[in-house]
Amino acid sequence: MSDLKHGDPLPELRVTPDAGLTKRYAEASGDPNPIHIDPEFAKSVGLPGVILHGLYSMAQVARAHTDALGDDPRALKRLSVQFRGMGFPEQEIVVTATVRDASNGRIVTDTEAAQGDNRIIRNASAELELD
Amino acid sequence: MAVNTEAIGKRWPAASFEVEAERIDQYAHAVGERNPVYHDPEAAKAAGFRDQVAPPMFCVVYSAPALGPAILDPEVGINLPAMVHGGQEFEWAEPVCAGDVITTVASCKEIYEKDGRGFYVFESVSTNQDSLETVRGTWTDIVRAV
Repeated sequence: MSDLKHGDPLPELRVTPDAGLTKRYAEASGDPNPIHIDPEFAKSVGLPGVILHGLYSMAQVARAHTDALGDDPRALKRLSVQFRGMGFPEQEIVVTATVRDASNGRIVTDTEAAQGDNRIIRNASAELELD
Repeated sequence: MAVNTEAIGKRWPAASFEVEAERIDQYAHAVGERNPVYHDPEAAKAAGFRDQVAPPMFCVVYSAPALGPAILDPEVGINLPAMVHGGQEFEWAEPVCAGDVITTVASCKEIYEKDGRGFYVFESVSTNQDSLETVRGTWTDIVRAV
């Protein structure tokens, strides 16, 4: 990984959250918002169905980066994201990342997460530090 | 209706969170983190951690309780049904391990209006029991039609 340079892609992360994921994530994260777990409630506020937690999708972007760098959580120093399109269960999430800058053992990426054409996380950037 | 900016600079009381191994395990499973350092104290110690370690994004679990009172504060005046989580940034420092007690303080950094939407930016700073910073978060909530 230390030979990464500008323009290099990191390995893609692909994950398909199953129908029960939002409930498990809600319990694990402590976020009780019913738009993520109750389809009837979600429809009552104008959504097509339950939506993924944005911070779950952000966790996939984080994981794409730590996976790419030897699976060491200490490597990830900073991650900033913008949540845009809504994410949905049972659709594959693809996280892509490209090296913007690599110098002195630090890597900065441009990264995003999408479900098909629906880019759910955009304008995201991660900063990593290599040993 | 314009946004009320009086709450800029306000700080809310610190909230503490005891990190239990089971919560790390539960969170790591939910987000698909299978690295043994997140599940097995011995694997974590072998990798140089003090104890079973939390994935970086576990910070949302221990820092969110400090953000709740800020987002709900009538002085901030967020119209909750019209609110979406617009952006998020975390800067990590000391890793968080099972048995840690993390204290988080939230403050309001910015409130502004742009294109008819209200932007509410909060900062959270989390430290462990040894006063080492573990994460600094910037939380941007957007309210449609303010």
